[in-house]
Amino acid sequence: MTNVRSLICSFKTQFTVIFFALSNKAIAEWDELNMTQGATAISREVYDLHMLIFWICVAIGVLVFGVMFYSMYAFTKKKNPVAATFHENTKVELAWTIIPFLILIAMAVPASKTLQSIYNDEAGDVNIQVVGYQWKWQYRYLEDDVSFFSNLTTDLDEIYNKVPKGENYLQEVDEMVVIPAGKKVRFLITANDVIHSWWMPAFAIKQDAIPGFINTAWTIVDEPGLYRGKCTELCGKNHGFMPIVVKVVEQDEYDLWINDKKAAAIAMAELTEKDWSAAELVERGESLYVTNCVACHQVNGQGIAGIFPGLAGSDVVLNDKAGQIEILMEGIQGAAMNSFSYLSEVEMAAVITYTRQSWGNAEKGDGEIVVPKDIVEYKQNKI
Amino acid sequence: MSAVIENHHDDHGHHGPAKGLKRWFYTTNHKDIGTLYLWFSFAMFLIGGAMAMIIRAELFQPGMQIVEPEFYNQMITLHGLIMIFGGVMPAFVGLANWLVPMMIGAPDMALPRMNNLSFWILPFAFFVLLSSLFMEGGAPNFGWTFYAPLSTTYAPPSTTFFIFSVHIMGASSIMGSINVIVTIMNMRAPGMGLMKMPLFVWSWLITAYLLIAVMPVLAGAVTMMLMDIHFGTSFFDAAGGGDPVLFQHIFWFFGHPEVYIMILPAFGIVSHIIETFSRKQLFGYSSMVWAMLSIAILSFVVWAHHMFTVGMPLAAELFFMWSTMLIAVPTGVKVFNWIATMFKGSITFETPMLFACAFVVLFTLGGFSGLMLAITPADFQYHDTYFVVAHFHYVLVPGAIFSIMAAVYYWIPKWTGNMYDERLGRLHFWLSFIGVNVTFFPQHFIGLAGMPRRIPDYALQFADWNMVSTAGAFLFGFSQVFFLFIVIKTVMGGKKATGEVWEGARGLEWTVDSPAPYHTFGTPPKVS
Repeated sequence: MTNVRSLICSFKTQFTVIFFALSNKAIAEWDELNMTQGATAISREVYDLHMLIFWICVAIGVLVFGVMFYSMYAFTKKKNPVAATFHENTKVELAWTIIPFLILIAMAVPASKTLQSIYNDEAGDVNIQVVGYQWKWQYRYLEDDVSFFSNLTTDLDEIYNKVPKGENYLQEVDEMVVIPAGKKVRFLITANDVIHSWWMPAFAIKQDAIPGFINTAWTIVDEPGLYRGKCTELCGKNHGFMPIVVKVVEQDEYDLWINDKKAAAIAMAELTEKDWSAAELVERGESLYVTNCVACHQVNGQGIAGIFPGLAGSDVVLNDKAGQIEILMEGIQGAAMNSFSYLSEVEMAAVITYTRQSWGNAEKGDGEIVVPKDIVEYKQNKI
Repeated sequence: MSAVIENHHDDHGHHGPAKGLKRWFYTTNHKDIGTLYLWFSFAMFLIGGAMAMIIRAELFQPGMQIVEPEFYNQMITLHGLIMIFGGVMPAFVGLANWLVPMMIGAPDMALPRMNNLSFWILPFAFFVLLSSLFMEGGAPNFGWTFYAPLSTTYAPPSTTFFIFSVHIMGASSIMGSINVIVTIMNMRAPGMGLMKMPLFVWSWLITAYLLIAVMPVLAGAVTMMLMDIHFGTSFFDAAGGGDPVLFQHIFWFFGHPEVYIMILPAFGIVSHIIETFSRKQLFGYSSMVWAMLSIAILSFVVWAHHMFTVGMPLAAELFFMWSTMLIAVPTGVKVFNWIATMFKGSITFETPMLFACAFVVLFTLGGFSGLMLAITPADFQYHDTYFVVAHFHYVLVPGAIFSIMAAVYYWIPKWTGNMYDERLGRLHFWLSFIGVNVTFFPQHFIGLAGMPRRIPDYALQFADWNMVSTAGAFLFGFSQVFFLFIVIKTVMGGKKATGEVWEGARGLEWTVDSPAPYHTFGTPPKVS
């Protein structure tokens, strides 16, 4: 007898354990299927509003569909061969016009309050201009003269199913937006070409980025962490491939980061402004040539006959400075030559000058060097 | 002399459809034109559906498998345009052509030649639109909402053809609407006052006014695009002093009434079907009419709820939130009336009633998500995600399209004289019902979890439900090929239908034979 009892007991415990494990898992999975609660006071308010309206709708649904399903069950021709004849009732009709109206007011009040608290375009502690491009985002830290592009880094081979997809497939970028925790950050959102939309679910921010107009949004994030979002306005071919990643850090870490960025920007500006000699550029360009170009164009600049054109003695490299800059910046359509526009102005100038000065090219051609300012000028003309 | 008169009379009696293709090209008969519209919309429904299959197949798994992003964008654009302008709208016009004259006891539409023209320019418009697929640069790829400047400065060259085809569709709709209004206003049988009209007629009268009000606005929007593309204007180009947001205001001033254009006739259809199969007079006829009128009027002051994220001032956001929420009141009244009609009725569940019941439930679900979308702060999270996709497909597929299928099953015995196969009809219903829910219900979840709409590839956390959704889409897609089979089978033959067809049917169309004679109500009936 005791045996049976203990058996039942242990069965009960096991069942309870399994049941809770399952329901915990179910709850965790359910959370992934619902709107995020996010990381800010506003996003939690929006979540609560969402759940409030959801449960009101569920309650109305249960009531309305309850009556409907009951009618479908109880008033079939078999059970109720003769239909009633009523076809109007002023009191009932008034009631189901007025009651929904009151419920709507109950929804509108909290919604309007939340909306009011979202609408606040006073300056933040940190102000960042966000610019949408086809198909990447640019961030400019307005107080600090820091600016950079943020591109998708997911490999094409992952997208085309040639290699397994990583954990952050389509949600990873080369440079994240970094903001300090607990501070008011204001985003000034615009676009360069078509309309984009900057969406960060964890902050409950979605603002269209519209060329010629500046929209604002703001946030105060309590906890450091990585937050991922996406472009949400159809902006052309690669609309699905321009994610947003925001890294929220403590103030001191943010200060370090922004100072590094400022120093790097100043160093780059100095290098760009500096008067470069051919020898300095060649020296800097050689290592760049080795990492970026030799696989195809070879160490001796001869290329591989029939496949990769040689650079030694090439017309473009000898006499067409502008043409060479364009090829390196834009790549050649339909050929293996990609765009190298992600190199900095200094690097770009150095590697081009290296090819123009090596393998006897300086003597055979015009021997002109390319300086960083030429690249800056090219980029400005393009915009 | 008397012989001549007799001959004449004889001629008249035998006057029927011309033979061969000529019948369809030259016809001015409202029944023939109704049939043309219905078959045309079915063809477009299958083409737009095939595009949906391509979209869902690409989304079956993360990664790019079947099409390139560029072509994917063309598919979502054409799918939307074809389903709205080629599928749903012509289907409703076809139903109006068949039913409005018979329901009001009129011999035909008031303007039969214009009726012919308004149909026959439609195939041409869609030929132009579809041919853009084969043009250099591909078909339009900017979504059916064609927001500038993606649809102007950055658009493919075929955009000009797209604009032309939208103009033709607009002309067709306007002519169709004028015809409906003139017919209803002038050709009702003696004794049929406005408040005695069948609800389908009422719903189309209101729809026709909406169409006349907003189609010119759409024409204006595409003409401004045309000017921006070819004639150096800058309506929508900020660099020239224009405003891209202006485009959205104009588009949605058309677009929101357009949404109700696609649902009001459905309200009419469902009211008739629920009344018939409940064998009980419709509850709250006059409140049904007033509800439709209120919805139509409100539809002109809610458009910017599609644009909560463009950066409007607080006052505008509040106004559009409140006005949008208000629409829930008349819509609720309609749902309550349908249920009150069923309450204490004597119900049977033939195929049209099954579709109508599914309409009431699933359209209401779409209404709930619509109410959620109206809440501006929450909309900041929902906007342009799959939650929106789920919402508008719930009101359009089990809403508008289920009502059209219900109408076909309900009136096809009157059109062909044959009963459809009830067993097959029910099977079609259940396949469609399961398919539509498996397709679109999970899209609520992936939208809330953060998947944007209009993307050809997605992050891994959305994979499971996208797979489910695709499976449902293929089930739904193939069930419609089955529907085609059922319709053809019914046209070819079947159990002969009586004039009344349905036990509880009310309305003048049931007083004529099945199939309805080529000409009906040469002498107007008396309506008491």
